[in-house]
Amino acid sequence: MNLEFLSQIPLLLTIVYCVAVVAFVFLFVLFSNWLERKISAHIQDRLGPMETGGWHGWSQAIADALKLLFKEDIIPAAADNKLFRLAPYLVFVGSLAGFAVLPFGAQLIGSDLNIGMYYVIAISSLVVIGILMAGWASNNKWALYGAMRAAAQMVSYEVPVALSLLVPVIMSGTMSMQEIVHNQEGYFWNWYVFRMFPFSFVAFIIYFWASLAEVNRNPFDLPEAESELVAGYFTEYSGMRFAIFFLAEYGNMFVVSAIAATVFLGGWQAPFPFLKFIPGAVWFIGKAMSLVFVQMWLRWTLPRLRVDQLMHVCWKIFLPFSFANLMLVGLWAVLWGK
Amino acid sequence: MESVFFVILAVVTVFSALMVILQKNPMTSVLFLILAFFSTAALYVLLSAPFLAAVQIIVYAGAIMVLFLFVIMLLNLNRIKEEGSPLLKALGMMVAGMLLVIAAVVIRSTVIPSDSGFVAGTEPGFGSVEAIGRSLFTTYLLPFEIASFLLLAAIIGAVVLAKKKL
Repeated sequence: MNLEFLSQIPLLLTIVYCVAVVAFVFLFVLFSNWLERKISAHIQDRLGPMETGGWHGWSQAIADALKLLFKEDIIPAAADNKLFRLAPYLVFVGSLAGFAVLPFGAQLIGSDLNIGMYYVIAISSLVVIGILMAGWASNNKWALYGAMRAAAQMVSYEVPVALSLLVPVIMSGTMSMQEIVHNQEGYFWNWYVFRMFPFSFVAFIIYFWASLAEVNRNPFDLPEAESELVAGYFTEYSGMRFAIFFLAEYGNMFVVSAIAATVFLGGWQAPFPFLKFIPGAVWFIGKAMSLVFVQMWLRWTLPRLRVDQLMHVCWKIFLPFSFANLMLVGLWAVLWGK
Repeated sequence: MESVFFVILAVVTVFSALMVILQKNPMTSVLFLILAFFSTAALYVLLSAPFLAAVQIIVYAGAIMVLFLFVIMLLNLNRIKEEGSPLLKALGMMVAGMLLVIAAVVIRSTVIPSDSGFVAGTEPGFGSVEAIGRSLFTTYLLPFEIASFLLLAAIIGAVVLAKKKL
């Protein structure tokens, strides 16, 4: 009896951690929604929301979320009812599952899997299936087009993403997220982005751009191109179900940025050893948030690509470069060690 | 704990595998097939082979099933017509029965060590990336290289098919 009670403690801790992560995702989405409004406004020489809540419209995102919660939930008559209901949850689960292996700090990790990196690549395929389901079940041409584009794009861009994530795996000789972070200890020039120059840096750049396509962000936001497809695969969704897609999209933005921060920018390590007194989670979230900021900055700066340009960039530029990069890094590791 | 998970996963796997063939709508059957692949991957995790589970999800549930979904969406097969031929039905039943006999023989002849528990104990590092990589590049080097050669041939074949002018 006593022993059984003891074995429950890690489970309880895990549950607490999971709840904390979900709360973090909600807070992050609220904050980044407001941030994106502000950034887009300032880039376009506007002020953005200024009234709601007082200081710089800080509660605009909360008002938006409440509005979405109270909106009528519409399911089109010709839609496939069950799949239509299921799809948003599948997309959200795929996005949330990525958080399981994100190392927020030395002890703060859902599960330090032996195959952490591989798990991240695998779990992102769940999102594709959810998007295809949403597009197909909506029984709407725009939604179907958006879903097809999203699936084609995500399946293609998975390849350069995986190949460029293999570069830090070669450099650290492990797929476990925590060990990769531990191998980047010390000053900031020990971060993988600055080691094995320029190969690792090229991998970082390729990863960042390809991950923009993975999460359907501008300049790769063809699946939800408003001017062509209304809203792409979630055209028919409204209210709460739309909000879940929205949560998943912003959650994915954080996941890909956090992975870049983990494997290239030292994760929760401080840039200088004397700054170690600041908790790792602060550094980790700070690094991930700066990459999220760059994503938003790019969205409001660059025009959208065409479909053929999208495929051209992936298969004829990113892929050969990441292959060559991977081979050269392997050669370097064999000749001069890690 | 493990046996509870195993029973849940086994029920999900068998149920979704059955639904694949019982569903009339091809889109739904493909989605059930994906569910079957996912629960099989979860069974691999229970067998302490997480790498295999991730591969299962990437290759089957990810790449191949997305292709499947594409084909079905493009062909717009809403309902498959009932194949009424009694000959085909009889043939199908015969093949399935023969498969059942073979499977039964294999299961009966499998020797299960009497001292093994529900989940066999494994040495540390079993199923890890390092262990699989080492065995692929030492013990199973020849099959591994042959498989990669086959894949290369398939890639070249796809390029030849897709590109009219080379």
